[in-house]
Amino acid sequence: MKVSLVTGRTIDQGCSKESGKLSPEYMDYAATCELDPEDMKKLKVREGRNVKVTTKFGSVIVKVKKSRREPHPGVVFIPYGPWSNVIVDPKTHGTGMPSLKGIDAHIEPTKEEVLDLKSLLLKYYGGKSAEEG
Amino acid sequence: MPLISKVVCPVCGCCCDDIEVIVENNRIVDVRNACAMGASKFLNYSKHRLKKPLIRRGGELVETSLDEAIKRSAKILAEASYPILYGWSSTSCEAIRVGLELAEEVGGVIDNTSTTCHGPSILAIQDVGLPGCTLGQIRHRADLIIYWGSNPWSAHPRHIERYTALSEGRFQRSIWRRFLLRVYATSIRKKLQRALALAFRRRAPETEEARRGIPYTLTQEERKLIVVDVRRTRSAEIADYFIKVEPNRDYEVLQALRALIRDETLDVDEVAGVPVELLEEVADVMVGCKLGIIFFGVGLTMSDGKLRNIDAAISLTRDLNMYTKFLIMPMRGHFNVTGANVVFTWQTGYPYAVDFSHGYPYYNPGETSVIDILCRGESDAALVVASDPVATFPGEAVRNLVRNPLIVIDPHPSATSLMADVVIPSTFVGIEAEGTTYRMDHVPLPLKKVVEPPDGLLPDEEILKRILREVRRIKRGAG
Ligand code: SF4
Repeated sequence: MKVSLVTGRTIDQGCSKESGKLSPEYMDYAATCELDPEDMKKLKVREGRNVKVTTKFGSVIVKVKKSRREPHPGVVFIPYGPWSNVIVDPKTHGTGMPSLKGIDAHIEPTKEEVLDLKSLLLKYYGGKSAEEG
Repeated sequence: MPLISKVVCPVCGCCCDDIEVIVENNRIVDVRNACAMGASKFLNYSKHRLKKPLIRRGGELVETSLDEAIKRSAKILAEASYPILYGWSSTSCEAIRVGLELAEEVGGVIDNTSTTCHGPSILAIQDVGLPGCTLGQIRHRADLIIYWGSNPWSAHPRHIERYTALSEGRFQRSIWRRFLLRVYATSIRKKLQRALALAFRRRAPETEEARRGIPYTLTQEERKLIVVDVRRTRSAEIADYFIKVEPNRDYEVLQALRALIRDETLDVDEVAGVPVELLEEVADVMVGCKLGIIFFGVGLTMSDGKLRNIDAAISLTRDLNMYTKFLIMPMRGHFNVTGANVVFTWQTGYPYAVDFSHGYPYYNPGETSVIDILCRGESDAALVVASDPVATFPGEAVRNLVRNPLIVIDPHPSATSLMADVVIPSTFVGIEAEGTTYRMDHVPLPLKKVVEPPDGLLPDEEILKRILREVRRIKRGAG
């Protein structure tokens, strides 16, 4: 299904970030995708299932969260963070800043697992073995 | 129990300075007045933290001494031909000053996090200026508050309560009573709808009136709150008007409002998904207020148009000043990102993305901004201070960042420190170290030291000074 991807901040994410960016709480907030209930029906996914979000720049697996705001069919939201950033547009159009809002994306249900932070870093950036300090 | 009052919160750009911290045996046991985000920082800062300097040997990060870590960092920076020094918005102005000296010494590029949040705002401000004020003015006098592309409820939780619609100002009252009425009305409406839906087995259609909330405000000379965003955020729920714009089309709405306040008529029914009647009503409210302000967030700077959106928002503000008093302010994210811009500007003349590779400061965002440099693969080393670019930069930029030697100075482990070659843990400024921070309205505030840091950890400023000293030693030795 075609959607428009928006990334942004949530207070829960702000709080869990303060309690540690490597904590499982942070991953619970950042590796999610808020979907409109209507869109969830169309995709036949339930809350807590995984979806694969693909843009021109890459794809990532995140968990579905039902949006509690007013209906916003066709718009999906992923909090800023390592998960959203592997699929955003790096072009800055001469401003120094990439586009993080309103990116064309494709979304589909998947059985693949959501990667934790270390595996995500390893998969997308490889190179240095991501050892924790 | 010792209570420390008037503590400045080192989390978001609101820099609330009324926090009270209770300390027992050098541990923070309670925090008062802070929002959930602020309290979480004060109470949890010491969990999950880096305690020992780390250095990468044979692909693994291993513990090392501070001297060793500083020497290795200095060597990396001194030998690099085009290093980037990035971060700076979550540290003190004093540390930033040393960072600038270091950037000049190594001939690198220094950039702060505004490059990924309000960089475009700064570009627009440099083009057209900015009618600004302090937040105190807004609290006491503003009768129209507009949040555009920002969601203070989540990103700046006490902004509304301390400085705008829910604050009790000298000449303007809080709108909390109306807010409660609205919450009550909304819950009744929802109940009714549910009952109707049950009765007719379908969703009751929402009337335009109901969707917008009940306009108590039209008859009252009270503060009004307008929220403009691409999705209905929590902030939108307490607003008198919520304007839902289609993604990437803020520019059109801004220009439509500019036309409407000049009494021009629009030949369309809607602009970017917003009915023209609603825009007309909002234009009337804008012209009719005594003192209005637009707080704009990254929703506006990050969507299509970027600096042109801000340009349009500032132009709208300027047009409105022909009828009334109107102001505009960016909602800055990190607690000292404003300070980073201020200190950069004192020292180099430019607020961010400053390149010292020519021997003098050179500024050209789009060319000298870190993401562009990284995407072009030009840098050959990086120093990151109190920031997490691996988690916040687009994938392509991160790939080039981690390919080269990477030094991280940060109190917590982060995605970036996992990928680093040298990690130097520091103390938390505002909790374990003093410093100066700038609030989003450019008011400088002193950050307090409320507890002693763990043994062996130094503030960012001191670590940077030592690296700088070592870099100078290496360079003199070689020259
Ligand atoms: S609003 Fe910001 S500065 Fe104020 S307490 Fe919350 S996080 Fe801290």
